[in-house]
Amino acid sequence: MTFEDWFRKDRLPHIFCAGCGNGTIINCTLAAVDQMDWKKEETVFVSGIGCSSRAPGYIMTDSLHTTHGRALAFATGVKMANRKLNVVVFTGDGDLAAIGGNHFIHACRRNIDMTVVCMNNQIYGMTGGQGSPTTPRGYLSTTTPYGSAEPAFDLCDLAIAAGANYVARWTSYHVKELEKAVLAGLQTPGLSFIEAMTQCPTNFGRRNKFRQVADQVEFLKKHSLLKVKRDRLLLENKEVPADMFVVGELVRRSRPAMGVSP
Amino acid sequence: MMKITEGSHAVAEIVAFCRPQVVSAYPITPQTHIVEALAEMVADCKLDAEYITVENELSALSACIGASAAGSRVYSATTSQGLALMYEACFNAAGMRLPIIMSIANRAMGAPLSIWNDQQDSISLRDSGWLQFYAEDNQEATDLHVIAYKVAEDHSVLLPAMVCFDGFILSHTYEPVDMLSQEDVDKYLPKFNPYEKLDAADPISFGMYATPDYYHEFRYEIDNAVKRAGGVIKKAGKEFGTMFGRDYSSMTEEYRMEDADTAIVAMGSVCGTIKDAIDEMRASGKKVGLVRIRVFRPFPSGDIAKALSKAKRVAVLDKNISLGAKGATAIEVKDAMYGKATPILNYIIGLGGRDVRKRDIAAIVALAEKGEGDMFYGLRKEVL
Ligand SMILES: Cc1ncc(C[n+]2csc(CCOP(=O)(O)OP(=O)(O)O)c2C)c(N)n1
Ligand code: SF4
Ligand SMILES: [Mg+2]
Repeated sequence: MTFEDWFRKDRLPHIFCAGCGNGTIINCTLAAVDQMDWKKEETVFVSGIGCSSRAPGYIMTDSLHTTHGRALAFATGVKMANRKLNVVVFTGDGDLAAIGGNHFIHACRRNIDMTVVCMNNQIYGMTGGQGSPTTPRGYLSTTTPYGSAEPAFDLCDLAIAAGANYVARWTSYHVKELEKAVLAGLQTPGLSFIEAMTQCPTNFGRRNKFRQVADQVEFLKKHSLLKVKRDRLLLENKEVPADMFVVGELVRRSRPAMGVSP
Repeated sequence: MMKITEGSHAVAEIVAFCRPQVVSAYPITPQTHIVEALAEMVADCKLDAEYITVENELSALSACIGASAAGSRVYSATTSQGLALMYEACFNAAGMRLPIIMSIANRAMGAPLSIWNDQQDSISLRDSGWLQFYAEDNQEATDLHVIAYKVAEDHSVLLPAMVCFDGFILSHTYEPVDMLSQEDVDKYLPKFNPYEKLDAADPISFGMYATPDYYHEFRYEIDNAVKRAGGVIKKAGKEFGTMFGRDYSSMTEEYRMEDADTAIVAMGSVCGTIKDAIDEMRASGKKVGLVRIRVFRPFPSGDIAKALSKAKRVAVLDKNISLGAKGATAIEVKDAMYGKATPILNYIIGLGGRDVRKRDIAAIVALAEKGEGDMFYGLRKEVL
């Protein structure tokens, strides 16, 4: 199902490449937003710069398309100026964790009442495939032609450690789960962080030998380890596979939050 | 050796020949191809340098400042929003007198977001103490990097320098470039010999606090060094000419100025179009010439005043605007011509990638002849 009332159809066709996962993530997010009974006039989408950050341009509400990395700082301003507004941020792994890393941890620490959806394609898509802070070790990018030598960030761990009230991770394969996680995020006061692992066939897939878009989605699915399974492994004192990432609801709590509408 | 290559790749190749020991940059269109090429050379062990991938431009320039203070030859590249994010560190680099070389693939500033060319980004840093070179074509963009290292590292200068070339128009265009070889560059550019560096055996500090008793004089010294760089650029440009046949001993270039009634002043790639337009106007009997600015900092006021002394009118073309005033070049040219009666008319052109064609240049000359200027040229009135 698509949520056509939420789209600015006059902005189509969109810029995303064929097979890009961003459309899926946007649709899952709008599916959740649609269940919130929010008025369009009271909803603001904010983003930084990147392919992922183009999303608000296609959505029929007010939006702020800001500078690279600063989406959360702009969004903080919006929310604190008018708590009645529902604020949703679209961002990418580069936007959020590289140039915007500082804003990310502080927005989580302050626990500002908004929902942040990060499309993590593990690469700088828009600028042509340079390594990002989430490019896994050993994977190829234009700035790491023999494989990234740096360890990658776990964005959810960061958000949890910094204090966000709701944290979940899914992939572009898990559309139903992702929609539910975004919905839970929208309903939770404080900062909700949803990481959506997604495919960038053009700049990540192509360089890392994924011959088909489906192969990359399959890869994301195969490398997803359900949180309950991970917890069981830990309980049984068994090793957690190092090349997998945990999916599921990772945190739901009620630390004091800022900007919550009275 | 003559080769046909993309501007960004020519720049990356020449930078590698300059043997930087540390390269740090963050991707941003249209600069990205330069640093991708350098990253690959480092990964392939073709360039013996440390390539630092960082999380943003401010970190890139900060890493370069650290590496330069530690005694290394360093390199970075950026444009537009990336350069703006470096603003704070730009002043630090100049104040610490560190000869960092940075390529700027010129691009417009947001908002609204634009990835296309104008020169607002580097012009907005004209007051930061960096030397600024502007290339007309990829040959010049390439050569100017070698000259920039030589000038910046000269102990009578010791300042960072930006080598600016128009984004996309030059950075993404394939052109024939006569590339110097590694031996050529080694012959011309001596090994980096830092005037001072961080050294545990002989500790010094960079960037310390200056009280009002000293700060004023620090700024004076930096200003003097920028001005002194003029002479050093001329000398280094001449030596380049003697060794390789392309002379850069002047900070400006005059094209068909001998008997020009209308003189155009401009910088960057648009000058190629202007030269063609001038040839056509000359063929139809109009005496038009061009004074091209190759070095914007230090500003070659004396050379420009001399070059313009016989013109009846001057049309200054700016791909930037000091909002609320004029284009930056026009302000400087007016200053250089202070006290003279020659009309100096300013035209803001080509912002955010708006194409500037030969017929636009002819139209501007026609406006200048009527005494109409100080305007945004070519506004689309229907969208205002
Ligand atoms: C200050 C600044 N630096 C660099 C850029 C160039 N830039 C635009 S998008 C981008 C990377 C985007 O990566 P990510 O956030 O992961 O988004 P994706 O395109 O992968 O969805 C970069 C480096 C910029 N716009 N501004
Ligand atoms: S470059 Fe990658 S992230 Fe960007 S639109 Fe194309 S597939 Fe999507
Ligand atoms: Mg990305």
